[in-house]
Amino acid sequence: MKISVVITLKKDVLDPQGKVIHQTLDGMGFEDVNEVRQGKYFEIDTKENDPKKAKDKVEEMCKKLLANLVIENYKIVDLK
Amino acid sequence: MKSSVITFPGSNCDRDMDVALKKFGFKNKMVWHNDAELPKSDLIVLPGGFSYGDYLRCGSMASKSKIMKSVVNFANSGGMVMGICNGFQILVETGLVPGVLLRNKYLEFICRNVFVKINNKSNNYFNNIKNDVLEFHIAHNEGNYFCTKDQLKEIEDNEQVAINYCDENGRIEEQFNPNGSIKNIAGIFNIEKNVLGMMPHPERMIDNCLSGEDGSIFFNNLINNLK
Repeated sequence: MKISVVITLKKDVLDPQGKVIHQTLDGMGFEDVNEVRQGKYFEIDTKENDPKKAKDKVEEMCKKLLANLVIENYKIVDLK
Repeated sequence: MKSSVITFPGSNCDRDMDVALKKFGFKNKMVWHNDAELPKSDLIVLPGGFSYGDYLRCGSMASKSKIMKSVVNFANSGGMVMGICNGFQILVETGLVPGVLLRNKYLEFICRNVFVKINNKSNNYFNNIKNDVLEFHIAHNEGNYFCTKDQLKEIEDNEQVAINYCDENGRIEEQFNPNGSIKNIAGIFNIEKNVLGMMPHPERMIDNCLSGEDGSIFFNNLINNLK
């Protein structure tokens, strides 16, 4: 089964890349943007077909490697 | 005194560190990341570079490599472990020292000499050193030290700040902060002070023909403290 994970920076962590992207969008004429935060997206294809077990495993992967919980949050966004 | 430098795929300051350690009297061995056991050592060094191409987060892959289990055990039993630059990033990813290293505040790779003030000398790294301020070299893209408010309080309460960015007179101010680090932090200890992670490279300051001798002061002092 395939599982998708999104990793985002926590609110109080400075995201200079997001800021520059925001400024650039602004310069391109997208003036309605309030804020841009850059994150990471993973697609994990696993042999595990039980959704509950697969989700638990991916959560463990997030905690141990994919995210650094001091600065990042993770969210499992899709299971299929 | 015996030392070991760990080489990861993408390390590029490992041989510089080898030269520096030997110059000041260490019997140094190079250890490959995929080895399981450490040679008998008084000091382990995680060198600078771009381990695993900085994939995912700097130091994250290297922190899971085979040798790191032995390094963590060595550190937890009181052994001296020093991480420089990428080695510091690896240390924070293992959790041996608190916090993380974010991308530099102004999004630029910084490569220049800086001054650092020694904040805590009650440890084997800086004990007996006469200088309060040292000139070291930095070369990094992700050296912006960050930690949570709770962690910062704990770090300060336990006197874990090793060195801060400053000017040549030791003034610690925002204008002398090259990368946006919280409180100008350039290096951090674990609680017991046997593990040190720092962004500056002392091994690049061991010869006047290169750029200075303040690294020589550091290494001479270090080996004398370990004897």
